[in-house]
Amino acid sequence: MTQTAQPLVDVRHLKEYFPITTGFMKTTMLKAVDDVSFTIGRGETLGLVGESGCGKTTVGRTLLHLYKPTSGEVWFDGRKVDRSTLLEYRRRAQMVFQDPYSSLNPRMTVGDIVAEPIDVHKLCKTRQERAERVHELLQTVGLSGEQATRYAHEFSGGQRQRIGIARALASNPEFIVCDEPVSALDVSIQAQVINMLEDLQEKLGLSYLFIAHDLSVVKHISNRIAVMYLGKMVETASSVELHRHAAHPYTISLLSAVPMPDPEKARHAHRIVLQGDVPSPMHMPSGCPFRTRCGRATAQCAEAMPPMREVAPGHFAACYHL
Amino acid sequence: MAMLEVKDLHTSFCTPAGEVKAVNGVSFNLDEGRVLGIVGESGSGKSVTAYSILQILTHPGRIVSGSIKFRGEELVGAGEGALRKIRGNKISIIFQDPMTSLNPVYTVGNQLMESILLHTGRNKEESRKHAMEMLRLVGISEPEKRMKQYPYELSGGMRQRVMIAMAMACEPDILIADEPTTALDVTIQAQILELMQSLQKKMGMAIIMITHDLGVIAGMCDEVIVMYAGSVCERGTADNIFYRPRHEYTKGLIRSIPNIDRDSRERLIPIAGTPIDLLRMPKGCPFAPRCEHAMKVCLDGKADEVFVGKDHIAACWMNVREAMAKNALVCDENGKILRMNLDGGDMA
Repeated sequence: MTQTAQPLVDVRHLKEYFPITTGFMKTTMLKAVDDVSFTIGRGETLGLVGESGCGKTTVGRTLLHLYKPTSGEVWFDGRKVDRSTLLEYRRRAQMVFQDPYSSLNPRMTVGDIVAEPIDVHKLCKTRQERAERVHELLQTVGLSGEQATRYAHEFSGGQRQRIGIARALASNPEFIVCDEPVSALDVSIQAQVINMLEDLQEKLGLSYLFIAHDLSVVKHISNRIAVMYLGKMVETASSVELHRHAAHPYTISLLSAVPMPDPEKARHAHRIVLQGDVPSPMHMPSGCPFRTRCGRATAQCAEAMPPMREVAPGHFAACYHL
Repeated sequence: MAMLEVKDLHTSFCTPAGEVKAVNGVSFNLDEGRVLGIVGESGSGKSVTAYSILQILTHPGRIVSGSIKFRGEELVGAGEGALRKIRGNKISIIFQDPMTSLNPVYTVGNQLMESILLHTGRNKEESRKHAMEMLRLVGISEPEKRMKQYPYELSGGMRQRVMIAMAMACEPDILIADEPTTALDVTIQAQILELMQSLQKKMGMAIIMITHDLGVIAGMCDEVIVMYAGSVCERGTADNIFYRPRHEYTKGLIRSIPNIDRDSRERLIPIAGTPIDLLRMPKGCPFAPRCEHAMKVCLDGKADEVFVGKDHIAACWMNVREAMAKNALVCDENGKILRMNLDGGDMA
């Protein structure tokens, strides 16, 4: 892991609240992301896992300022992201979206889709240069340059995701938020895309925030993993450490719920089945958000959110009962 | 005799662009109380196989040929009346997406009672009691209150439980689960799988589990069918499929999934190429264009499904080559391959 003294991305107390109309002249704040802090080093991959609705996609989008943060700061390469640095930040930080079908404009040719960041940031001076760059980008992601004149619908899901990645690479970014980049793909295609993301990281020195709900995929690609539950971060650790010595009760049950593609192990696996559903983020439980489904919950858990505590070097968890 | 016998099933969709052979010669048997898994990628024909059994194919899909026998009774070509007696009563189905497969304008209770009233001859009051009993069985609290609620008032996991309760209400002999947990989170998935396993033990029905997730298959199924492009690649016990795969596609599939128990950042070994276009099917093995071991014979013709071991069938020319080298090929007098003793040990 190449973690220099100064992280590339530094997120401090990020909050994102959405106002929801709940009645006549009445709005309630939906706390999609509530006080989340983390750092990502150069060349590092941070995996972000959690169930649907836990706010992991919102973290990715708020981080890139696609949503304006309610409060909190994002620091990129030692500078705070604000109005004056936003354009430059957006060139250096890009995103790959989850759904390869809806994230590509059906009326644009693949060449134009890929070249859009180049046009926005005026990175190429001549048409010739632009065409060459598109050609090169498509080849980088394993497509052929001749395909630049085709439209997105002519490609399969895996190929579309490659186009999405080529677009993200177009502005020479240093950091890419990958929001569930493989979950819409078939198993045999998933591995192709994961390998490609790893190769690109090695070649271009990229940093990733890899958002996914599939723990085996996240474990495979990440150096470190952060676990979210109901808008709050509950545990962060290196991926090996998290897998071997998960501390937070939520992480433990999440890991035990992953179905294992091995009949012998599956037969003897000790599954901790959580009772009930994730509470609605509109009616957040007081204190620790996980206490309503937690086996270890006590009166203390209802009082205040447990602070992040270092349980082992580089391994943080937010639980009173550790 | 097996409870359900599917023989050489062909189901096609006649689209303006041409005939799409979604299911192309699928055969299998299902015995009482067994759990059969069907795995495959999207477009492999696993769902269409299930829909063909119940004959709930949407236009322009139709069964072209083949036979589906349920307890000796032929279902292909049977009248609507006969089918209606079986659907939801003897064979029922849980659909993938619990958000869209419940009717939004009827209450949960109304939808639950529909099949009970239709099939069991219970009156309304008895049906209501039975429906509530079913809700309790699938672990829904306050069934009285839930009966009066509409689907939108329930969470995804709850809706899938309601779907299961509906499917189980008439105590079917076969429960078809079409990707029952794909739309759900892992912790909810674990709840639903646990529930299905416990119901299966309690009520003893057979389950056909359709999924693309090898993890789900490994933990639940007695027998597994691997499908690719409408054909069966391989069929066998879960142990055979996972530990002794005998088809290049199965091997590739198992290699390409990241294993959470592996500590190093090993590279995944993907299957090259893209999924097949069902409108342009090759003459030979459908997997041959993506197979790294494809031989000339693979491009010329599809290998037959042959026993390669006890309870283990595969359709791959690689096995023939291996069996010839190991002298494990058993042929009849015309040179037709009968079986291959590749797994070692006794063959049934």
